[in-house]
Amino acid sequence: MDTMATIKQTFFQECEEQLAELESGLLAMNEGFADPETVNAVFRAVHSIKGGAGAFRLDDLVRFAHIFETVLDQIRIGHLAPAPEIMKISLRAADVLADLVAAARDGERLDEAKWLPVLEECRALSDIPESERGDAAGGIAAAPDFQPVRANFDDIDAPAAPDRAQRIFTIHFKPKRELYGNANESVLLLRELARLGRMTVACDATALPLLGELDADGAYFAWTIELATTRDEAEIREVFEFVEGDCELSIDCVAAPPQQDVAALIRRVQAEMGAPSASAASPSHQAPANAGAPLRLVASAEASQDRPAAKADAAKDEIAPSSATIRVAFDRVDRLINLVGELVINQAMLSQRIVEAGFASGSAVIVGLDELQQLTREIQESVMAIRAQPVKSLFQRMSRIVREVADATGKSARLKTEGEAAEIDKTVVERLADPLTHLIRNAIGHGLETPQQRAARGKPPEGTVRLSATHRSGRVIIEVSDDGGGIDRARVREVAIRRGLIAEEAQLTDSEIDNLIFLPGFSTVATLSNISGRGVGMDVVKRSILALGGRIAIVSEPGKGSTFTMSLPLTLAVLDGMVVSTSGQTLVVPLTAIVETLRPRSGDVHALGMDAQVLAIRGSFVPLIDVGQALGFRSAPADPLTSVVILIETEGRARNALLVDAIQDQRQVVIKSLEANYRHVPDIAAATILGDGRVALILDVDALVARSRGIVAQADLQFAEAG
Amino acid sequence: MSKVILTVDDSRTMRDMLNLALVEAGYRVTQAVDGLHGLEMLRGEETPHVIVTDLNMPKLDGFGFIEAVRRDARFRAIPILVLTTESDGEKKNRARQAGATGWIVKPFDSVKLVDAIRRVAA
Repeated sequence: MDTMATIKQTFFQECEEQLAELESGLLAMNEGFADPETVNAVFRAVHSIKGGAGAFRLDDLVRFAHIFETVLDQIRIGHLAPAPEIMKISLRAADVLADLVAAARDGERLDEAKWLPVLEECRALSDIPESERGDAAGGIAAAPDFQPVRANFDDIDAPAAPDRAQRIFTIHFKPKRELYGNANESVLLLRELARLGRMTVACDATALPLLGELDADGAYFAWTIELATTRDEAEIREVFEFVEGDCELSIDCVAAPPQQDVAALIRRVQAEMGAPSASAASPSHQAPANAGAPLRLVASAEASQDRPAAKADAAKDEIAPSSATIRVAFDRVDRLINLVGELVINQAMLSQRIVEAGFASGSAVIVGLDELQQLTREIQESVMAIRAQPVKSLFQRMSRIVREVADATGKSARLKTEGEAAEIDKTVVERLADPLTHLIRNAIGHGLETPQQRAARGKPPEGTVRLSATHRSGRVIIEVSDDGGGIDRARVREVAIRRGLIAEEAQLTDSEIDNLIFLPGFSTVATLSNISGRGVGMDVVKRSILALGGRIAIVSEPGKGSTFTMSLPLTLAVLDGMVVSTSGQTLVVPLTAIVETLRPRSGDVHALGMDAQVLAIRGSFVPLIDVGQALGFRSAPADPLTSVVILIETEGRARNALLVDAIQDQRQVVIKSLEANYRHVPDIAAATILGDGRVALILDVDALVARSRGIVAQADLQFAEAG
Repeated sequence: MSKVILTVDDSRTMRDMLNLALVEAGYRVTQAVDGLHGLEMLRGEETPHVIVTDLNMPKLDGFGFIEAVRRDARFRAIPILVLTTESDGEKKNRARQAGATGWIVKPFDSVKLVDAIRRVAA
């Protein structure tokens, strides 16, 4: 990738950051926190996007950002108050800006219908005068087919343009002390001037005081320059562009003597013929006006070719930007995480060996080991923190969803976020976006009532969707709640019966009815609207959360609203597992799947056909899977009465009972990919290494159940799954 | 020994673009992300020959940065070019009052940029 493409990529990355900054700033302003710092940050975000977009000639983006920036500037300087209706337009403009950025990134142009109306709204707000419209947009708006073409005028600056005659200018230049105060230099200006043609310079130093009275910062010299050039006065003035006002300047054109033209012509012909030097043909100059001046300097264009040093060694010396953050490739971090995982395992193994060696608990070895253990844990946590990201960016994306869905459904909704600083693994954050979007869509689409209904129920017309994140015992709890109508249980039940998900006479608790919405194939909406539906049910949401090693639960109160609670692991590199043994093998069952563990009593286990068994538990029957047998560790079934049953919940809330010999431990294990080290093994998700150095397989509960279901499917069908 | 240019801009994109153009032209480039960082760089790193700074920046904006540089006797003679988005007269004047030597109008091409630096670099 060439450098420009890399910078472009950086630009779009930066746009993402700026857009997030913009959105959070605007939301804060919307809440009434329009302190100067926030307003400035918001302005800067749009300003930065415009600056970068200009560099890449993303004209639509520049045009929109310019108008938007003007609105924000008006707010910044206090000409416009951040009133709700203005903030509403600003938030919409931020969305459009994001769309324009996205389109530019994909190398496309956003449909004008999608952004011109908002542009006009912004323009109306900022009341941009006619003159500036032409500058930024007017011309283009009038002719949509017009494509700006970049013209190259560099040739015009080329010396000795044949159609222009050489003229002589007399320039009087007297710097003021401010000129030097701003680090401008007379000699540099003269050097620039010399590039334009041949010149004679006379310095007037009569104002120079005696050394004792000399002010080091004072301006004492004045210059008179005779410049023979083909350039016009405007170009000469341009040399003094930076010091205009900081000096006395007069430029007068003296009529060009005819022989000067001839001389110029001769020089040019010689140059074109490759003659060695122009100086041979150098004509005699007119004497400068004040020839009596003490200092004299003759310079020519050829003399000022001081190009900086060659670029090759400069590139070598290029200094990397220093900043509070560094960017590191993911695979490096993952490698580090992996190594730390090994370290944790190694440390555990060492602990076990030392305990086996029989050291006294107060001995120096044990004390040292404890310290090592603590250190290892800290290293592990710190390394995991590298991958961690605050959920802030994720939450910010949701506020746009809220606005869009509220607009599309005619409902009024606001998003309240809490705990945005909570951090989770980057991958978890990324993979949370879809389920969260869906939950928010649902909360507004299904949860919130229309403003009229809300008013009738004595609620504020604007509904609130709350999104919060908290850390709780090594996991992140994310909640999506609304203050809407809650789940319509009668309807959910009716739908579930109609779809054959439950038996007509099934007795379900409120919570069980609420949980029916997670079943595959459940949808309360007759037609799939593009708002809540999108053809995706809550079962997909649940499956995504489970795939992340998380769990989701719902609590709903009629008339008051619903709350979805998701509990997620901080990282995907470690797993909370239950270490169990069966047929002499050690296995790990992911804790997220486990509902409870129990010892079956006689009479709880019923045979079903040749080799299928079911377990009766609190009035319902669940399929019983002998793990040792299912995995082929043994052929004879275990005696359920001397075994332990682990009740698990899999996709679609199906319950199953796993039969194992004993539970050993419950602990965090470092996940090691089996595919990367060996190959895929059915029913096994991954592996880990235990403290004693043995490899333990982590059970893929869903796969195991799905395969076993083939055997016990009939049993499953006969008993309604009451959960 | 090539000249050192300190670029001060909060936008990574701009810093990269400045870096690209200046390194190509044979300069050495140091970078700061805001005015405050720019001052730190001045004190810590080698003294640059020219400073190119943005105006809108967090922490310490371009105007404040220029004023601070001009107040320090060690750095007051360093030429400072400001980056402005428009050929905005008001901004230019404010920058000049703060002590800016000249300006570069964004979006700049590398010719314009290098030209402006040459004009102020001793």
